[in-house]
Amino acid sequence: MAAFRPVHTTRILRDIFIAFATAAVVATGFWMTSPVESQAARPARIAGKPNLNGIWQALNTANYDILSHQAKAALAFRPGPVVPVPAAPVLAFGAVGAVPAGNGIVEGDEIPYLPEAAKKQKENQANWLDRDPEIKCYLPGVPRANYMPMPFQILHSDKAVFIAYEYAGAVRNILLKDPGPAPVDSWMGQSVGAWEGDTFVVTVTGFNDQSWFDRAGNHHSDKLKVVERYTPQGPDHLWYEATIEDPTTFSKPWKMRFPLYRHINPDARLNQFKCVEFVEELMYGKLRKQPVQ
Amino acid sequence: MRNILVGLAIASVAATSLAAQAPKTIAKPAALRTSDGKPDLQGVWTNATITPLERPQNIKDLVLTEEAAARMEKAVTDRRDRLNEPSDPNRTAPPQGGDGSTGAAGNVGGYNNFWLDPGERVAIVDGQRRSSLIIDPPDGRIPALTQEARTRQQARAKLAMGRGQYDHPEYRPLAERCLLSFGPTTPLVPNYFYNNNLQIVQTPDHVMILMEMVHDARVVRIGGTHLPKHIRPWMGDSIGHWEGDTLVVDTTNFPPQQNFRGASENLHVVERFRRADDKTINYRFTVDDPTTFTAPFTGEIPFRAMEELIYEYACHEGNYALGNVLSGARNEEKRLGSKQ
Repeated sequence: MAAFRPVHTTRILRDIFIAFATAAVVATGFWMTSPVESQAARPARIAGKPNLNGIWQALNTANYDILSHQAKAALAFRPGPVVPVPAAPVLAFGAVGAVPAGNGIVEGDEIPYLPEAAKKQKENQANWLDRDPEIKCYLPGVPRANYMPMPFQILHSDKAVFIAYEYAGAVRNILLKDPGPAPVDSWMGQSVGAWEGDTFVVTVTGFNDQSWFDRAGNHHSDKLKVVERYTPQGPDHLWYEATIEDPTTFSKPWKMRFPLYRHINPDARLNQFKCVEFVEELMYGKLRKQPVQ
Repeated sequence: MRNILVGLAIASVAATSLAAQAPKTIAKPAALRTSDGKPDLQGVWTNATITPLERPQNIKDLVLTEEAAARMEKAVTDRRDRLNEPSDPNRTAPPQGGDGSTGAAGNVGGYNNFWLDPGERVAIVDGQRRSSLIIDPPDGRIPALTQEARTRQQARAKLAMGRGQYDHPEYRPLAERCLLSFGPTTPLVPNYFYNNNLQIVQTPDHVMILMEMVHDARVVRIGGTHLPKHIRPWMGDSIGHWEGDTLVVDTTNFPPQQNFRGASENLHVVERFRRADDKTINYRFTVDDPTTFTAPFTGEIPFRAMEELIYEYACHEGNYALGNVLSGARNEEKRLGSKQ
């Protein structure tokens, strides 16, 4: 890096050119190795169905807000002398705590809330710091798990489909035989999967009313039913579509849709984000013998 | 647990020679294979058993007679039936400080028997009814700790003496904090309490082992090398390979907070999964840590197929205990402080 001290631009460009030229000569072998070859051979199909195995991730900002949104300074605000300013608990994050813009993932860019539910979303958003289950590292629910800003791994065999999420170590065993209604409500719901041609369709029911759709306070009740459609678009992409139904929250079903990308680097792996430990100070810090000042 | 020990004591008296219990060889039907020809380990399994990890001192042999095993199992089911009798609705609260009972969660009767599911059967491996899960060393017991480990334990105990166990959440057990199951996670030794259930999903590249508690999926990579030493996931870092029809899983990189019988950062666990028949996996584990144990030790556990599903164990989301334990301690301090 010493070569890049502030000097004449032409000299920098010359240095960069030389560096690249040298690198190209040295690294010819690297360029000739196709990245596809360096990842283990991956069968296109499993028991006649598209191979869903892999580490997948959404590339969007839907976890901030599933609807379209422009960038803003923070997730939580307080009144300011001219315009609202970041709330005290998030102020120190500066640009790191700002919200990136997004096109949204909801079909028609509108959620058909019933009036009471629309009100609740606004309250949720205003009280985001106290209410978002993600802040307390609670399980993300479905579909939110699929667009958290962390990957998940699908384990697909001829007998099972299982999803392990990096965020909070959430898991879903996709049942391939419908056991009937879920005997108990849960955060991640009960998933039952079946193939429709090359699309894997997962019906998720048996939710509790605790999870959210995003950090913008979008919510549901325990009547939520999510029908997910995973449709491969080549070996490294899945189109994900979810139909959301909840007659106590929404006036009609609505849809979200976004691509999932497969991590193709040869050393791709699911890491661990067991955040329970990370929120202990937030949740229990006041109960210490000597709270941290 | 006390009754199990009584059962084992009776069993030891009745135990006869090993010769009568020759291991059975069980054929492996082709149907128990995956499409890529590997033995199929998939399904929902339980490792619950009444056979303890370590052999009780008064039992000599690894193998129990059929009669001895039946007596042990009867002692457990008799106790279960007795504890399942309806509670007296007119009973009074336990006296302050507890009633001296030895049930789960202390001597005020935290859980009654309805909630417990510790297993009711003796572990059977290759047709042998076992008195301990540990098969090596031959006495069925965890080898002595090294001098280094004893010194470490003494230092830990000294540190713990100088502080209140309820002062901070970090002083509470990992399970109470909902970070991990309260049983060992790697190796997959039963907790003798409840939820000893696991699910295995297998692809050519990965084998996923889900433990019901705390919805912990250990994803074993087939082939490859271990993570850099500074990356220490809960449950360790597992890589696997096939030796014939046995899946061998090698786990290192345990975090310092996760302790198995005094071993943590240097713990090395090798697990061997072998399909025994259509309802059983024979699971063998070897634990090694020269900084903690004077010798490695090996155990065997049958995993029995279950028809039931595993449901969500959302521990942290419903963890009222940790907050209540800490606030209880703060209230107690206030009460004692105001008395002085």
